[in-house]
Amino acid sequence: MKSLQTLGRKAWIKAAATVMAASLTLGAGSALAAGGALHAHEPKEGFSSSGVLGTYDQAQLQRGYKVYREVCAACHSMKLISFRNLGEKDGPFYDPKYKNPNENPVVKQIASEFEVPTIDSETGDVITRKATTSDAFPSPFANPEAAAASNGGAVPPDLSVITKARHGGASYVYSLLTGYKAPPAGLKIAEGQHYNPYFPGDLSSAWSGDHKHVPAGGVLAMAPPLSAGQVTFDDGRESTLSNQAADVAAFLEWAGEPKAVLRKKTGVAVLAYLLLFFGLTYASYRMVWRGKH
Amino acid sequence: MSDHPSTYVPKTGFEKWLDSRLPIVRLAYDSFVDYPTPKNLNYWWTFGGILSVCLAIQIITGIILAMHYTPHVDYAFNSVERIMRDVNYGWLIRYVHANGASMFFFAVYIHMLRGLYYGSYKAPREVLWILGCIIFFLMIATAFMGYVLPWGQMSFHGAVVITNLIGSIPLIGGPILTWLQGGFAVDQATLNRFFSLHYLLPFVIAGVVILHIWALHVAGQNNPAGVEIKSKEDTVAFTPYATVKDGVAIIVFLFLFSVFVFFMPNALGHADNYIPANPLVTPAHIVPEWYLLPFYAILRAIPDKFGGVIAMFGSIAVIFALPWLDTSKVKSMRYRPVMRWFFVIFVIVCLGLGWCGAQLPDAQVIPGLPSFTLFDGQLNSYLWLTRLFTIYYFVFFLLIMPWIGLKEEPLPVPASISEAVLAEHNKKKG
Repeated sequence: MKSLQTLGRKAWIKAAATVMAASLTLGAGSALAAGGALHAHEPKEGFSSSGVLGTYDQAQLQRGYKVYREVCAACHSMKLISFRNLGEKDGPFYDPKYKNPNENPVVKQIASEFEVPTIDSETGDVITRKATTSDAFPSPFANPEAAAASNGGAVPPDLSVITKARHGGASYVYSLLTGYKAPPAGLKIAEGQHYNPYFPGDLSSAWSGDHKHVPAGGVLAMAPPLSAGQVTFDDGRESTLSNQAADVAAFLEWAGEPKAVLRKKTGVAVLAYLLLFFGLTYASYRMVWRGKH
Repeated sequence: MSDHPSTYVPKTGFEKWLDSRLPIVRLAYDSFVDYPTPKNLNYWWTFGGILSVCLAIQIITGIILAMHYTPHVDYAFNSVERIMRDVNYGWLIRYVHANGASMFFFAVYIHMLRGLYYGSYKAPREVLWILGCIIFFLMIATAFMGYVLPWGQMSFHGAVVITNLIGSIPLIGGPILTWLQGGFAVDQATLNRFFSLHYLLPFVIAGVVILHIWALHVAGQNNPAGVEIKSKEDTVAFTPYATVKDGVAIIVFLFLFSVFVFFMPNALGHADNYIPANPLVTPAHIVPEWYLLPFYAILRAIPDKFGGVIAMFGSIAVIFALPWLDTSKVKSMRYRPVMRWFFVIFVIVCLGLGWCGAQLPDAQVIPGLPSFTLFDGQLNSYLWLTRLFTIYYFVFFLLIMPWIGLKEEPLPVPASISEAVLAEHNKKKG
């Protein structure tokens, strides 16, 4: 053991430093190795909700809702969202005049445009009635089997929490919607499938080119859903592909995390309180321990 | 300390009346007010208090969540989202509970490493240490079952992978697996019993925590110098000295906790767990929560499934045996110049195992580096890096601990805590 000790402190420090340097290199290595898909990015103007103090842009949420309603809702359900949610604080149609979203005329109007199934209490038959603000968004298909049958075998995922269920969140949704492009030569795409460099997947089996340079991304059953001019915005915003994608991504971000603004505001207050409390406690600590150290 | 005489004097008539019937105020006074603590305790010693706060937070938020959660395969996922949306401050309660688990493990790992560095497991604190190990093991079980409850993709497939480990036990594994899962697959029965046990175990933990604190108060606290309390000069009263220091640390800890809860509540989780469980679709990459990754890495390091299970449980079992694996006469690694460096490497290896647990075993560690196949995998792969780390993990406990303890020449140990404090004071003054 003497030899170990005479080896000395320096040698040990060196050994430890080498291990640490090695582990850092490993970190960098795997970050490069990962990435079957391109890294998701925000729209150029960013998302108003990102950052510590970011809030939702209500006009954008309204436009996003329109994109969802006119395009996405044809195939994708949003079972966890009710009409009343649209009129809640920080929501797309919140109006300070109507603290109770069920009284919000815009929300009531939107709900009344839908029919939902119910049971006739007299006869027991399945009938439909006008939706109310407390109803969840009706789903486009009766069940997953029907959804698969209409979509080439793939069930369109529910969009209620899609931004939380995908790496990259709203940026991923934006990148995917704007990222469709023609597959590079040498990539075989099956019928009913579409290439997207942002969709996570492994294309090596469909790739006939250089095996060291398999294209990023994957294939999905959803055809490019948005195109310029597809949705007319009521506030005059130009209906480009990027604008539609950014707006619907913002709307889905809100839908997934409707309490995010309240959460961040509460967080600022909590941290401020803890900071104050820390100062007080630390001062007490210094006072109590004076002369004891 | 057991030989510390009670100094509690009941003042009011009611206190006198109660003290002769149930001396509970006396117990609290002797344990948390007048209890003598070594005066040289540093901030690493505040994690015991931090962990009590963690347990209290988890139990309180957990009880409220259980009021709103539905343990059913068809409703569990939606009921969790409903808590986030429709229960008053449900988002706060649920995010505190989910991130609280991570915070709990973060604190417990520091608490355990502190014990390891300062030799807090050595006589007369062996039982104290073992009780701590039992708490840690119960925490793992509780956290695993809690992660299954939201019934997302990671919940479900994680539960499948981990329960199936039991099935790898020869002969009796199959029947035990069926008994544990409550059927032939992870399904409604599994979810329901995991909910029941997830509610039960925290109270078992709380019970063992009481024993842990009892054992602590019998043996007395260890301290950075690793020498026992010799006189009153060596100690200060628990209140106000330790309470105010714990208070400072708890507030700093809550600050970190709040940053996660309010500004990045999903950063420590996996996006796939926001996809409802689907037995027919397996996620590309099944990983446990970060705090279990080192054990997951050890599990995958062994080519044989049952061997992996033994290694994984062995990696926890070996911690129980620590008091008898360390042969050194000196407690604190402050005075153990050689062992200290093996400890540093051990910490790095544990972090390394955690890193490896999150990677695909076949992935290259250093991309593009030429490599060759060794037995069943490329040398330049996480598989072999994990094996290297796993070997060190066990060698550290089973060989280095006993061997270095016998061979190492420790530095001179201070005669008492007061002397250690004085020496440090003079050093600071220069």
